[in-house]
Amino acid sequence: MAAYLARRVVQALFVVLGVTIIVFILLQLLPGGPARALLGPRATGLQLHEFIVANGYNKPVWQQYADYIDHLVHGNLGYSYHYNQTVNSLLAQDLPKSVLLVGLSYVVSLLIAIPVGILQAVRRNKPVDYALTGVSFVGYSMPVFWLGILLVLIFAVNLHLLPPEAPQGTSIGAVLSQPAGLILPVATLAIVTVAQFSRFMRSSAIENLVQDYIRTARSNGLSELAILFRHLLRNSLIPIITLIGLSLPAVLSGAVITESVFNYPGMGLLLWNSATVRDYPVLLGFTVVVGVATVAGSLLADVLYAVVDPRVRYS
Amino acid sequence: MTLVRDYEAEPGNATAQEARHGGTGSVLRLVWSVFRQNRLAVIGLGMILFMVLFCFVGPLLYHTNQVQINMSAVTRPPSARHPLGTDNVGYDVLGRLMLGGQSSLEVGFAAAILASLWGTAWGAIAGYAGGWLDAIMMRVVDSILAIPYLLIVLILATVFIPTIPVLIVVIALVSWLATARLVRGETLSLRVRDYVLAARGAGVRNGRIIFRHIVPNVIGTIVVAATFSVADAILLLAALSYLGLGPPPPAANWGGMLSDGLTYIYDGYWWLVYPAGLAIVLTVMAFNFVGDALRDALEVRLQRR
Repeated sequence: MAAYLARRVVQALFVVLGVTIIVFILLQLLPGGPARALLGPRATGLQLHEFIVANGYNKPVWQQYADYIDHLVHGNLGYSYHYNQTVNSLLAQDLPKSVLLVGLSYVVSLLIAIPVGILQAVRRNKPVDYALTGVSFVGYSMPVFWLGILLVLIFAVNLHLLPPEAPQGTSIGAVLSQPAGLILPVATLAIVTVAQFSRFMRSSAIENLVQDYIRTARSNGLSELAILFRHLLRNSLIPIITLIGLSLPAVLSGAVITESVFNYPGMGLLLWNSATVRDYPVLLGFTVVVGVATVAGSLLADVLYAVVDPRVRYS
Repeated sequence: MTLVRDYEAEPGNATAQEARHGGTGSVLRLVWSVFRQNRLAVIGLGMILFMVLFCFVGPLLYHTNQVQINMSAVTRPPSARHPLGTDNVGYDVLGRLMLGGQSSLEVGFAAAILASLWGTAWGAIAGYAGGWLDAIMMRVVDSILAIPYLLIVLILATVFIPTIPVLIVVIALVSWLATARLVRGETLSLRVRDYVLAARGAGVRNGRIIFRHIVPNVIGTIVVAATFSVADAILLLAALSYLGLGPPPPAANWGGMLSDGLTYIYDGYWWLVYPAGLAIVLTVMAFNFVGDALRDALEVRLQRR
């Protein structure tokens, strides 16, 4: 276990390094460079030159990368030209709001997907199974922006039940004080993620349903509900742990669109705004944070795996 | 959204394994016999065929002007002359749907094929080489997977003018990772098979072993992953169009039509929203159902054997 863990940690470090290299390469591709993007088309050559020197863009690329890594190791994610703030403070301000949105939608999505997946497994290849497969795939197949606007149209414009816009405010406290505004963004993100969890839950449950321990439980006279909830649920949930970590980057991609549909003041909106003004340090900072979170998440999932399921032994 | 997918065939479902020792014809027959048991997939296949015919043959039968705008006939509701009405610059929506579908399907198919080729080569080489090369190549895959794909696509689409060929390459760049991982996993188990060892013993070059002896045996996995990729590429193109990074007019695609139409949704111009939206949903669902059934029919996980 210790040796396995050590190997996974080393692997994870390389992946994080890879993330920084890839993003750095991507950002080198941007035309015009940050000086032109920030100072605008009417900036003089001297102004551009001063900006480039002041921010170290005249150094060789590898030197710029080394500087960046050096700052990163010291917990400094850089400085945003556009917002005139450190990336750390921008992230500190907006990240919790996105964590709230994404976290809530994961919870909602799992609360729907787990029972649905089990029901589908039990009623496999029956009309109920087909119907639920169809419904969950409709949610998955809808472009996120359409789904969001459709929900606004139904619940805000026609029924006047919910506000059309996400909660506004810079602090997470302000967002939390308007919970009604959170419902539609969370629902949007949850609906598009339900399908992937319910599909895995379904096939995981199907695989477990044919195992000996279920047959034993049945022959011991346990009620069908007890079998489902005490035995099947626990064992079928194990693969979902890995999936939560693996799906994080994809869900965050969905969050970028959801946040822009509902004007939700989170990371996604910040990222989109930063991309349009080519605010390099914010893009880099965001990506590194997400990369580390994803890598740490899958590492944690592997460890949890061994804790939750004593049959798993790493050599 | 891109789904994290389950590539394992379900236990108890019929699979086409047993026919592998027969001729090519019998394998295909068996794959089809398993495939058609899945009703959703058969419907999905029908839907894909319908969409391809609709988009590529439709314009030959239903002629509309999709080049010049017509400001004297904007946002007309459906009528005998325009079965699905006209859009905000006077294009016939039904004809536009065919034209837009061409782009969406072309991007979907081309990106999936490109991603499959690259992913297969990457995965097979990594798996066959093993050791350090494998470790480095797979860490590259892990690294790209850890970055939200929308960020990569966003940056690339702002760098290059988003024409159709550029979008195909950009979308392929974030779509090859699943294929690479799956092919590598199967290559690991194939490279120690007797027939590979025999080929190596006979002095066959590594490149030839990979592409003549290993890749043909993972073709099932590649096809399944490619099917899912088409669905994801169509959705990704729609998301890019919403963010203003889709192919610029007069080119059309379903996602662009949908996001343009949504600007008018509060005016009640439903024909600008639902035809394009439904086309996306139906096509994406169809490819997912077909992928699911192919996975069972081709029994993707070779390791199980």
